Amino acid sequence: MLSADRRTIYEKSCRGRRAYSLPATDVPEVPVEELAPAGLRRTAPARLPEVSELDLLRHFTYLSTLNFGVESGSYPLGSCTMKYNPKINEVVSRIEGFAGLHPYQPEALVQGALELMYELERWLAEIAGLHATTLQPAAGAHGELTGLLIMRASHQAKGRDPKRIIIPDTAHGTNPASVIMAGYEPVAVSSDARGGVDLEALKALLDDDLAGLMLTNPNTLGVFDENISEIARLVHAAGGLLYYDGANSNAVLGISRPGDMGFDVVHFNTHKTFSTPHGGGGPGAGPIAVRDTLAPFLPVPLVGRSADGRYFFDDDCPQSIGKARTFYGNFGVLVRAYTYIRGLGPEGLRRVSEIAVLNANYVMEGIKDLYDVPYERRCTHEFVASAAPLKEHGVRALDVAKRLLDYGVHPPTTYFPLLVDEALMIEPTETESREDLDRTVEALRAVAAEAVSDPRVLREAPLTMPVRRLDEAEAARHPVLRQRFPEDGRSCA
Amino acid sequence: MGRSVTDYVPHSELDVRAMLAAVGVESIDGLFDDIPEAVRRREPLALPAGLSEVEVLGEMRRLAAANTPATSLVSFLGAGVYDHYVPAVVDAVVSRSELATAYTPYQPERSQGVLQTIFEFQTAICELTGMDVSNAGLYDAGTALAEASLLAGRQTRRGRIVVSAGVHPEYRQVLATETAGYGPRPRVVDLQAGAATDLEAVRAAVDADTAAVVLQQPNFFGAFEDLAAATAIAHDAGALFVVVADPLSLGLLEAPRRLGADIVVGEAQSFGNSMSFGGPGLGYMAVTQKLMRRIPGRLVGETVDVEGKRGFVLTLQTREQHIRREKATSNICSNHALNALAALVHLSWLGREGLAELGLLCARKTAYLRQELLAVPGVTAFTAGPVFRELAVRLPAPAAQLVEALVPLGFLAGVPAARFAAQFAGADLNDVLLVAVTEKRTRPEMDAFVAAVAAHLASTEAPHA
Repeated sequence: MLSADRRTIYEKSCRGRRAYSLPATDVPEVPVEELAPAGLRRTAPARLPEVSELDLLRHFTYLSTLNFGVESGSYPLGSCTMKYNPKINEVVSRIEGFAGLHPYQPEALVQGALELMYELERWLAEIAGLHATTLQPAAGAHGELTGLLIMRASHQAKGRDPKRIIIPDTAHGTNPASVIMAGYEPVAVSSDARGGVDLEALKALLDDDLAGLMLTNPNTLGVFDENISEIARLVHAAGGLLYYDGANSNAVLGISRPGDMGFDVVHFNTHKTFSTPHGGGGPGAGPIAVRDTLAPFLPVPLVGRSADGRYFFDDDCPQSIGKARTFYGNFGVLVRAYTYIRGLGPEGLRRVSEIAVLNANYVMEGIKDLYDVPYERRCTHEFVASAAPLKEHGVRALDVAKRLLDYGVHPPTTYFPLLVDEALMIEPTETESREDLDRTVEALRAVAAEAVSDPRVLREAPLTMPVRRLDEAEAARHPVLRQRFPEDGRSCA
Repeated sequence: MGRSVTDYVPHSELDVRAMLAAVGVESIDGLFDDIPEAVRRREPLALPAGLSEVEVLGEMRRLAAANTPATSLVSFLGAGVYDHYVPAVVDAVVSRSELATAYTPYQPERSQGVLQTIFEFQTAICELTGMDVSNAGLYDAGTALAEASLLAGRQTRRGRIVVSAGVHPEYRQVLATETAGYGPRPRVVDLQAGAATDLEAVRAAVDADTAAVVLQQPNFFGAFEDLAAATAIAHDAGALFVVVADPLSLGLLEAPRRLGADIVVGEAQSFGNSMSFGGPGLGYMAVTQKLMRRIPGRLVGETVDVEGKRGFVLTLQTREQHIRREKATSNICSNHALNALAALVHLSWLGREGLAELGLLCARKTAYLRQELLAVPGVTAFTAGPVFRELAVRLPAPAAQLVEALVPLGFLAGVPAARFAAQFAGADLNDVLLVAVTEKRTRPEMDAFVAAVAAHLASTEAPHA
């Protein structure tokens, strides 16, 4: 068997080979010296690859075979909601009437896009149980920052300037990082024995300097905090606001709304909950919905609708925090989310959460005798198991994850949340069939059995992937972050 | 239940019953017993009822048909988003579900495809900008500029940045918004006649608390900035020099690193990404070796596996939020990886010759339109030449009026600068029009456009006093 060709596209480049074609110049051929005077003109070319169109396609097609997507197999990556990304969304987002729009076209020419945004803003507010929405944030973390800046503006409008945001120890890493970027100070609150916020610990943290609390509910342990109304009451009474990290919304669509729980700001990850593809790391979208009292602070522009039914961009928001990003957000992603919600409707969305929760509980039931499940209660759309029982065989969560690759199942999220030892965070999603779930369970059980019978194979896994375990320590010690060119202009190797 | 609603749930009722039994719950409702009744929603969400796929498609086509995309008209719109041709190979690659539907490559052994493409993207950005290190991409140029400001503040421990008014007004708005609570405070300096930055004003604004000086190349009005001179001003004061560079111009224009840039950021939508009403585009950031450990976002590095085989991994992750939490360089998690892949494919299609030729073609077409427009009576240059792919002209009439008048003739004449008046305090921009020319525009289209501009201006001459 030939060994895999892991050359980069730069190493496949041949001087003078080309894929491109460009229109002939139909205007005067002004000399380059006049177009770009010396000092501004490029002195050495960018050494981009020179390949034929077929070379190019073979290169990227081959790379795609080294990757794993939702259509490749089960992808129970906790907290990431790796559900099926419907094809119709892709077809719709490529319609020229959406993809070909320029953000500065006259409003009369983009009435369909504005209607879509106007409706989607209202749908997301309804799903959140809140009142107004901005579609601008580009991702969940960006929604967090935007939401925190809105909370800050609202405090300042009341003449207050509190500095602290409480975050549970189970929170996503983006929460404390966003708090810092918003100019706040994160304060950790511990969890109680059932995995929720420890109410006594919370009470001890409430003071005049409280700006708010960020919470995921159900949280990253996959448990619903039953004390949420009391938590909201306490935080509001202390003058704070509640931020809902919507990463786990797939558990509660149409079943329990953050606004009804007492939250003031909610972000959604459309690339999780509303099925837009994750793209190997984005683009997502992180729209946020807010309570009416916070609506004046939303970023501009908002989408308005006049009495005669025309849609328009509304920049007249004197208390707005400004602009969270350029233009209007990740419109192409939002088109997919709109398409998804339009197809499912209220019944479909509710069924998503019902089956997502059923599927997670089904997998938990299937493995809980072999892995620890630290919070003995029903889970929501995901659960956290622990590989700690396997430690006595010299096997860790990382080894379980790597061995699952050999079984054709994408591993769960590992070592998160931090307060569970050897955590395996498992989220099957609603689009996995019973047979898919059975295969995931069987794979997890087979790996646990191997941990006892042949732990070496786990420590050496994966054995069937394009590469074995990679030396990450060396990568960090001597970072090679770009292609090196031994000699410029080298012809084919 | 029939399949009039597309929920993508595979289970039959039998499956559901069997699974409930396995879980030990009587009904679906029982799965949600942990949710207190007070916050349990019993009535359906107030949303339109679900539809079958064909009905959804019909509804989406109706919305799309209520738009007139710029791509269906002869468009001269730019100002940060450009209508370049996207070669067919781009969609072929980004439609591969193994790449399009994967998560962030946290399991490198099963993610070598995405990891290698990011490595190749980082290389392309380094080659374009001349910088040492590029990350895997950011959301857009506005948020990339905000990240650059935070980086400069951390590196220099200083409290202000000096930003040219020639930086796109929306980028400046995003910068001001995102850093409202944290990081250096921006101070804007004006442009001089001809629309380039007033470097004397920059010199006067820079002091011992200046973390960075920021210029855009070509700037918002299309003017070329003297980056080498600005570098000297920044570095003399101990500040970093940040360039917001249009990467498509870098086939023709000098790599910012060679002119002294410490950080280069910008918008790379022009490579491989449709305009899509302004998003998702592609922010990028590249820095010098010295700043490598402060760069936000993901980095992919080359390494080997236990058998010595080549492979790629996410690296220097101790900068990132999932490891460092509140001590991370940024909160960014999801970025715009698929847009970066599209850009990489487009750049690989162009290659080193194609990028240079494309830049030259755009510049020549723009020079032609500039010459023709300036020959129209009453039209004067707002942006001094030469220009790359965009320029601003001053009309003898309101620019917004011209844009509106030319739509029925099939032209999108450009972006009226008055749209951004609030970000250019005191400037009279009512008659200023930004006009962009990509390789898609032909000479006959430009000739017809200039004739239409001339006719419109002639017809409005009298009333405009």
